[in-house]
Amino acid sequence: MSEFLNINPLEAEAIHIFREVVSQFEKPVLLFSGGKDSITLVRLAQKAFWPAKIPFPLLHVDTGHNFPETIEFRDRLVEELGADLIVRYVQDDIDKGLVKEESGKYASRNSLQTTTLLNALEEFKFDAAIGGARRDEEKARAKERIFSVRDDFGQWDEKNQRPELFDMLNGKIDLGQNVRVFPISNWTELDVWSYIEDEGIEIPSIYFAHKRKTFLRDGMIWSAEDDIVYREEDEVVEERLVRFRTVGDMSCTAAVLSDAVSIEKVVSEIKESTISERGARIDDKRSEAAMEVRKQQGYF
Amino acid sequence: MEVLKIATAGSVDDGKSTLIGRILYDTKSLTTDKLEAIEKRSKANGFDYLDFSLATDGLVAEREQGITIDVAHIYFSTAKKSYIIADTPGHVEYTRNMVTGASTSQASIILVDARNGVIEQTYRHFFINNLLRVKDVIVAVNKMDLVDYSEEKFNAIKAEFERLKEKADYKGQNITFIPISALKGDNVVGGSENTPWYNGQSILQHLEDLKAQDVFEAGQARFPVQTVIRPKKDEFHDFRGYAGKLYGGDIAVGDEVTVLPSLTKSKIKEIYFFDKKFDKAGRGSSLNITLEDNVNVSRGDMIVKAGEEPSSEKQLRAKVCWMNGQNLVPKTKYLLQHGVNRVQAMIQSVDNVLATDFSGAEATDSLSLNQIGEVEIKLAKPVFFDKYTENKQNGAFILIDPQSNTTAGVGIIE
Repeated sequence: MSEFLNINPLEAEAIHIFREVVSQFEKPVLLFSGGKDSITLVRLAQKAFWPAKIPFPLLHVDTGHNFPETIEFRDRLVEELGADLIVRYVQDDIDKGLVKEESGKYASRNSLQTTTLLNALEEFKFDAAIGGARRDEEKARAKERIFSVRDDFGQWDEKNQRPELFDMLNGKIDLGQNVRVFPISNWTELDVWSYIEDEGIEIPSIYFAHKRKTFLRDGMIWSAEDDIVYREEDEVVEERLVRFRTVGDMSCTAAVLSDAVSIEKVVSEIKESTISERGARIDDKRSEAAMEVRKQQGYF
Repeated sequence: MEVLKIATAGSVDDGKSTLIGRILYDTKSLTTDKLEAIEKRSKANGFDYLDFSLATDGLVAEREQGITIDVAHIYFSTAKKSYIIADTPGHVEYTRNMVTGASTSQASIILVDARNGVIEQTYRHFFINNLLRVKDVIVAVNKMDLVDYSEEKFNAIKAEFERLKEKADYKGQNITFIPISALKGDNVVGGSENTPWYNGQSILQHLEDLKAQDVFEAGQARFPVQTVIRPKKDEFHDFRGYAGKLYGGDIAVGDEVTVLPSLTKSKIKEIYFFDKKFDKAGRGSSLNITLEDNVNVSRGDMIVKAGEEPSSEKQLRAKVCWMNGQNLVPKTKYLLQHGVNRVQAMIQSVDNVLATDFSGAEATDSLSLNQIGEVEIKLAKPVFFDKYTENKQNGAFILIDPQSNTTAGVGIIE
């Protein structure tokens, strides 16, 4: 007799959340970046609705500075799933004059994504945007709800959040408002990696150790594979064996030295690590409240 | 991996943040960059020791004012299990946050300052934990280093707390007393040489031994249907799966079931988790089940075992914790969400407000923010509920304000 008794409570919770989303909202969308967290979301969505297809499209906000490996991976996954993919480009909003490209040494398109994201939500009238943010990532995110209500400007009102009790989720909103949904809120980085290992989920190659042209700045390893990241003349390019722990925009994601070529090795490396995941995110280094400020403006 | 959810509540000075910081530090859960940020900030704020509250306070306003405003979630793990701490502020104006934290927790830590003993705030923390029937409560008598690790002090606090316990409704609660110094690390993660008279476990040892089972107690199986899955694929042409999370008890293929509210009878045909079929599934799992007969089931309906039907009423009596700025008064309408089911509700009467120091109830006709009281509610349609004491998930509801859409209160059914 086959018994399903050894339950992963985090997985059960995430599936429960996905099912609440499709029941409580008219037009949900899954924010897909090609990173490990959004890939995990896709697997959980598959589990929540099988044998039906994932009942909402995926939305990728392409900064134009994504790792090419991530884009290739994205297209292959979407093809396999038979899912709908919507791509909106930050470049288009720059061309239209809606946002202004940052300049200088630390120029990044990471914060520009917010405008493109909000415009896409508006264009398709999405009322729920599902994201892979986790509470353990960052201290402003630790205060985030599972159903996080945003006003028509996409703003997060951190002091006026709905209490979430027991398993009950309240996604009731007015026209014009939308909700950001975080099904893996309670997962840690290690939980995600262990899940990827247990489930045998495929992830982009940049998460594994590979040789890459890099340079050092502020104690971090930056990619120098192409000219997207601005580099000073005295910043020397060197080939290093690295991998990425988190995959954002190329201009704001630093690599770590690693020889982890398999998922097992990645998991044991995470267990041993003394640096937090977002320690390699240059966008968070701008100030202590960098994430809180971005979230108030509508970042996910 | 087992996951244990713990609630903590406390105020600025009782050392709660220091305790959490100590647990994180001693379990090596604070990464170098986070520790550096804490060091930097502690220095900037003029502290000569590490201010661990900085590890938990997430918002700019919290860090500036040195207070915890909202529920923060803190994660750490040992080789044995993963822990989630819901850390909430302890003052009376944050009662709703404490209730929120306790609603999803299986264990709870109540901090008592060894110098001050049991105070008003201790009453409130215990009252909330008892009301919400958190199974395991740790009373951590902190700052033992400041009372020379006195056994008498510890025993006096224990005795006082035992007297409080007599007044509590829920007697089945497991209460453990541990003398600690969060600052010095005594009995937090490891033991202590300073308390030779204490033979019990440290806080972490105690937590490690707890069974991280579902926070919802065992009882009869309840399967509220979240959504109906109809794949529209050739391969699954006639497939109608009922998706939901199972509470209370286990279910098995062949079980005779009743579908509520229609009272239709059927049998469980298949139990799916993703693409795998199982003969039996345990509570706490998110499943997709099919029935033998083609019955009409939709969102908000509930599937239960035949002969184990819950109560069905259009009238509820509940203890409500009010979470909204606008008072709860009779004759007002709310949307009542019970699990995944929503019905229109009218407040018939507000009868009393409960003192969180166990001194009893006082008659009233309204509840203000953070008050807890007994309320009569009339519903447009019946809901299928259990008493909270029998099935937490099926015995609780939230009230949604139809104007602001916010979650205005939470109720537990008597």
